[in-house]
Amino acid sequence: MGVTAMGSTVVTGMAVVAPNGVGTERYWKAVLAGESGIGALTRFDATGYPSGLAGQVEDFDPAAHLPSRLLPQTDTSTRLALASADWALLDARVDRSTLRDYDKGTVLANALGGFEFTHREFRKLWAKGPGFVSVYESFAWFYAVNTGQISIRNELRGPGAALVGEQAGGLDALGHARRTVRAGTPLVVAGGVDSALDPWGWAAQLAGGRVSTATDPALAYLPFDKRAAGHVPGEGGAILVLEDQASALARGISRPHGEIAGYAATFDPRPGSGRPPGLRRAAELAITDAGLTPAEVDVVFADGAGVPELDAAEAEAIRGVFGPGGVPVTVPKALTGRLYSGGGPVDVVTALLAIRDGVIPASGASADVPSEYGIDLVRGEPRAAPLGAALVLARGRWGFNAAVVVRAATTDKGDRT
Amino acid sequence: MNIDDLRRVIVAAAGADETLRLAGDITDTPFEELGYDSLALMECAALVEQEYGVSIPEDELAEARTPGALLALVNGSVAR
Repeated sequence: MGVTAMGSTVVTGMAVVAPNGVGTERYWKAVLAGESGIGALTRFDATGYPSGLAGQVEDFDPAAHLPSRLLPQTDTSTRLALASADWALLDARVDRSTLRDYDKGTVLANALGGFEFTHREFRKLWAKGPGFVSVYESFAWFYAVNTGQISIRNELRGPGAALVGEQAGGLDALGHARRTVRAGTPLVVAGGVDSALDPWGWAAQLAGGRVSTATDPALAYLPFDKRAAGHVPGEGGAILVLEDQASALARGISRPHGEIAGYAATFDPRPGSGRPPGLRRAAELAITDAGLTPAEVDVVFADGAGVPELDAAEAEAIRGVFGPGGVPVTVPKALTGRLYSGGGPVDVVTALLAIRDGVIPASGASADVPSEYGIDLVRGEPRAAPLGAALVLARGRWGFNAAVVVRAATTDKGDRT
Repeated sequence: MNIDDLRRVIVAAAGADETLRLAGDITDTPFEELGYDSLALMECAALVEQEYGVSIPEDELAEARTPGALLALVNGSVAR
């Protein structure tokens, strides 16, 4: 048995819908060009709210991508998730005739649910009465709705799951999808997409206390920078198609985007315990799970909270694993804002593209990193570098930590693609 | 209420499936074949109540398998 018998879980399809680019290649082009999707929140009149900047997906017309049967029953987040899943399946060359329906699963993370939809229906409830509330509110609000809608639309009747772990949940979804593949479901659609840019959703996000009150979009989210003072929330995410490599090869997919080589999740100790946070342990466990040593990891996609004490804690974890300045670190999410369940999957797609093209994207406008952090943050311009493996980190509010290691997939001849 | 009114209400409540012809004579075509499930019908019934002031009991709604049957329920209810 062992690793060979277990088989590799590879990524055969992927799609990003992000504030700085709808569609994988448009997003990637924007990331390499340093184009930010952060700007004034225009989805509603945010005057009077302490924060007014967000990463909004502007270039997406739901009616152009989804059948009208789905429009009355879906929140913005679910529409973005359904379209991303369509594109990821297309990228993977999967349609309804690919495999048996029970051999295709769906594992998505969600952190916010259908805020905008629910806000609208609650207004009807208060203003007009219960008879005016949409019957679709029954599921449109719900954390499992993206999993369910993607499963129904694409006839994915294999195992389904919805994971909630705030910003860490998206990586947990990829980890659980890999587990599902290993347990015998050859193909799993996985990832996460979130959005909550209505007045109620916005208030809920601000209540967390970590959202930047800056007014200059260029300076509002500066992870690992001395000037860091919170993050900007965004909307969007990524959907990936994970497959057992042998099964993918059997249907003619010989050059997947890469391999989900390692995964681990940890939980922080209770506050005041005196024990260290769990991020470093998650990173070490994921690297070990991939059968690698830290020296074999070529780049880290950091969580990048943008809050000084959290940045310092993450820098300490990275330094602890790799040594001071021991590995290039990047936070491309500085260009999108934090996407909750979408953040980890977008970083994983970004890492796979970085490996493909041999280039590490920069970390938005972050520039002045405190020397005591001891990290080699990729700043200003992308950095060309041959990349074999990448570590992606994510932390979720209230103690969630997750880490994923991706690398180029091996071909049947043993070469890395 | 006539069949065209109902057609409009259905589309407003639950959208239309592009692959099906809602435009033809749908009076006796089962909702299931038209792509509408029980939730879609509940949403239609809510709109009918808001626009026409006609309340359709849930058990009777569940028995209405076609647009014609639903129309008869609404108009029968108006007559009562």
